[in-house]
Amino acid sequence: MEPTNIFDPNYFHKVVDCQWACPAHTPVPEYIRLIAQERYTEAYMLNWDSNVFPGVLGRTCDRPCEPACRRVRTEETPVAICRLKRVAADNKGDVTAFMPQVPTEKNGKKVALIGAGPASLAVARDLLPMGYEVHLFEQDEKGGGFMRSQIPAFRLPEEVLDEEVDRILDMGVHCHFGQEITSMKAMMDMNFDAYFVGTGAPRGRDLELKGREDVDKHIHIGIDWLSSVAFGHITEMKGKVIVMGGGNTAMDCCRTSLRLGAESVSVVVRSAFEVMKASEWEKDDAMREGIPIINNRPPKEFVHKDGKLQGVLFECVTPVKGEDGRLRYEPSGEPDVFIEADHVLMAIGQDNHCPWIERDLGIEFDKWDCPTLNEVTLQTTNPKVFFGGDSAFGPENIIWASAHAHRAAISIHLFCQGQDLIADRPPEGVNLISTKMGVHEWAYDAEHDAASRHIVPLSEEKSALTNIRVEVELGFDQALAEKEAQRCLNCDVQTVFTENLCIECDACVDICPMDCISFVANEDEAQLRQQLTAPADNTEQDIYVSDVLKTTRVMVKDEDVCLHCGLCAERCPTNAWDMQRSIVHIPQLGSYAE
Amino acid sequence: MTFVAKPRVHHPKLPVNEIGLTRRDYEGSVSTLCAGCGHDSVSAAIVQACAELSLPPHRFAKVSGIGCSSKTPSYFLNKSHGFNSVHGRMPSVMTGSNLANRDLIGVGVSGDGDSASIGFGQFAHIVRRRINMLYLVDNNGTYGLTKGQFSATNDKGSTSKKGVPNLYEPIDLVSSALQIGASFVARSFSGDKKQLVPLIKAALMHKGMAFIDVISPCVAFNNHSGSTKSYEFVRDHIHNVMDADLIMAHDEVTADYAEGTREDVSMPDGSTLQLYKVDADYDPHDRVGALNYVQRMQEKGEVVTGLLFVDPDAVECHDIMDTVSQPLNELTEADLCPGSDTLEALNQRYR
Repeated sequence: MEPTNIFDPNYFHKVVDCQWACPAHTPVPEYIRLIAQERYTEAYMLNWDSNVFPGVLGRTCDRPCEPACRRVRTEETPVAICRLKRVAADNKGDVTAFMPQVPTEKNGKKVALIGAGPASLAVARDLLPMGYEVHLFEQDEKGGGFMRSQIPAFRLPEEVLDEEVDRILDMGVHCHFGQEITSMKAMMDMNFDAYFVGTGAPRGRDLELKGREDVDKHIHIGIDWLSSVAFGHITEMKGKVIVMGGGNTAMDCCRTSLRLGAESVSVVVRSAFEVMKASEWEKDDAMREGIPIINNRPPKEFVHKDGKLQGVLFECVTPVKGEDGRLRYEPSGEPDVFIEADHVLMAIGQDNHCPWIERDLGIEFDKWDCPTLNEVTLQTTNPKVFFGGDSAFGPENIIWASAHAHRAAISIHLFCQGQDLIADRPPEGVNLISTKMGVHEWAYDAEHDAASRHIVPLSEEKSALTNIRVEVELGFDQALAEKEAQRCLNCDVQTVFTENLCIECDACVDICPMDCISFVANEDEAQLRQQLTAPADNTEQDIYVSDVLKTTRVMVKDEDVCLHCGLCAERCPTNAWDMQRSIVHIPQLGSYAE
Repeated sequence: MTFVAKPRVHHPKLPVNEIGLTRRDYEGSVSTLCAGCGHDSVSAAIVQACAELSLPPHRFAKVSGIGCSSKTPSYFLNKSHGFNSVHGRMPSVMTGSNLANRDLIGVGVSGDGDSASIGFGQFAHIVRRRINMLYLVDNNGTYGLTKGQFSATNDKGSTSKKGVPNLYEPIDLVSSALQIGASFVARSFSGDKKQLVPLIKAALMHKGMAFIDVISPCVAFNNHSGSTKSYEFVRDHIHNVMDADLIMAHDEVTADYAEGTREDVSMPDGSTLQLYKVDADYDPHDRVGALNYVQRMQEKGEVVTGLLFVDPDAVECHDIMDTVSQPLNELTEADLCPGSDTLEALNQRYR
């Protein structure tokens, strides 16, 4: 194998599994260290800079970082990254002094943002410090988009959302709220220099099924229903409720129903438990509140008596694993199951829906009604128009909206300045800084903490289940946060190897608790992976290969389960190993980190 | 020296041996030796060898004297019996331990000062008594604990860190062991675990006195350009004559070596000692030939390594003394005192 190029910004970035998995590439280990040092404001700002809504995300993020956490591979449970983020938000001080400066003299360019959800707000945040005049159009009276309309208050208190939305609006956004946007052409006639569409995926799917037409008033589309609850149009739910669907919206629907007084609530899912789209913890939360999740039951018929819903009839199926590893469902032979219901909430997915964009504006749409976009620049076939968030590639999560927004903001900026959106894009980079402070002294807490994941305290169940405004999770307090922060392996503190200093004494091989390091004859990658102290079978993780050493061998380090404990560097007599903090630079407009 | 303790967590696929232990279960406490010390590699090699042989850690007696080398028994086999004795007196304590309980696996770790200077007499006598043990010397040619004076194994002309040459002839422990009667003699290098681990395995299963001289560089005082025991010098002058490996009874004996270069020796426990000739002319069963070869190569400045001599049918001290097979410490009063009737009968014979 060729020696590894550690100066490729992606190489060490990939080692920081959480940051690599995060769409916005938030520098997780760095903010966890700040939390451990009780520097909450700085931890918050590091987050805010990268993902824009730390308080919201610390409660509601889909957490792609957590399954990626190295701790899953070394000890099963990941660091509670998301909850630590919330600790930063809960405990921060006044952040006004750290906000980017917005110039009073504008640069003469006007940008329209359509839809006041997380994507548009984040674009506004990035463009305002660059001197753009930003106009935000929204049909609702308040900003926040689906963060406000679809996330129930018991998961995300309104004041947390208001604070983070207002922080951006207060930077000088021209708000045009409370008017439904019905025509893109009308928007285009207003002659903005660029347009950003962040209108989400607002159409909840319905189900064509026998009896559906007859019981219309008993059937509610999940996201619309949640939105009516959020805006106070619906305040109670009487009788028995069935929630259909296995995603996070289904979990929000069932838990909300329970709080609005439903007599009984059950979630019925077409597929198997393991393949449900809902996050593990959201399923756990629903089950903890006593809501049954019934799997492998595709619906067959809405049973009614003269238009009054009696319940739903479900077929029984068994999941069978096909040759491609995917589950298929076969009739299980059991008789159909009837479940009584007065209401059915449909949470079986949502789609993009842009009927208000005329199709003769040069903005192409594909067969799924999604805009045709350049994946890097998020530009549509009309160069003035950009998309981001759920409206770009379908339903995702807030963290994706932030990530899209940063990319789109760069594109809009380059476009408005007459530059090339690809060629002139600022590159990614990486900095490496030694953490060695002296003999046996490192600028990070190298010692491995074997503690298992700490449990987050919850509100008293009775009050939580009767009041929709009582937040269920209380979050970690500072002491618990400090303990949980210690579990972070500091994967951004990298093991950097310098060939010409190595005397091949094997000290690092002997001390490595995870058998990551080997000195072997060079081979091609597949062979090399099998010849190490412990075979490097996880091919998703890179192996770090040195140049040829004096004995003609090479040093090979499997990055897979490295604890970043620094023992290799501690034991190295010649400093051939050093622990260096890698700082990945993801280009971003008006970044706090710049 | 390391302050950060090695975490208990280990590789998720770390293999478990026949008695349900991983290699990590054979480790000891955190080493307080200098970073990069060859001795730590030797400890790691012992750990690996014992784990691969599935030997029960609590059936070991590890004994040492004084010196950097003699600290190392703390750094392997945490769950075994140990005795850190007086300078140069490891052989006395080991002899006593072996006489009292012949069932324990004896591992004595010593250094070039401990064995070639203050304990040279003890070394000679335990070898000639052929105690059934592994006698391993961490040989770095220097007194590391007292800041780098020449030891008795330091080659004449080799210099100190400051450039002053050594004026005296070296003691070669391998030659001494061959001459005095060790039945397994090997030399290896701490930087070559591929050779060292199989040698330790073979030595542990050898019945009789097994001696291994391990060149183990002192990174603090004797790893410089004037040294003949530095990582670089040893790597440049190493001359391996004979690889050895121990194949356990239930493992398949493979034969991927060319005809005539391999010799299988059956061991008393059913395992097989495999010898691979790296130097085709070398005979590992010729004690005098081995002695000559080692000395001649030493004159040329070459470091001969590998299994230099083995006598598979060797006798050990208990055979020589014709002791009972039961360990002496297990003999009860009933075993030792036949009673007054027997005494009476015995006395009658002298009337």
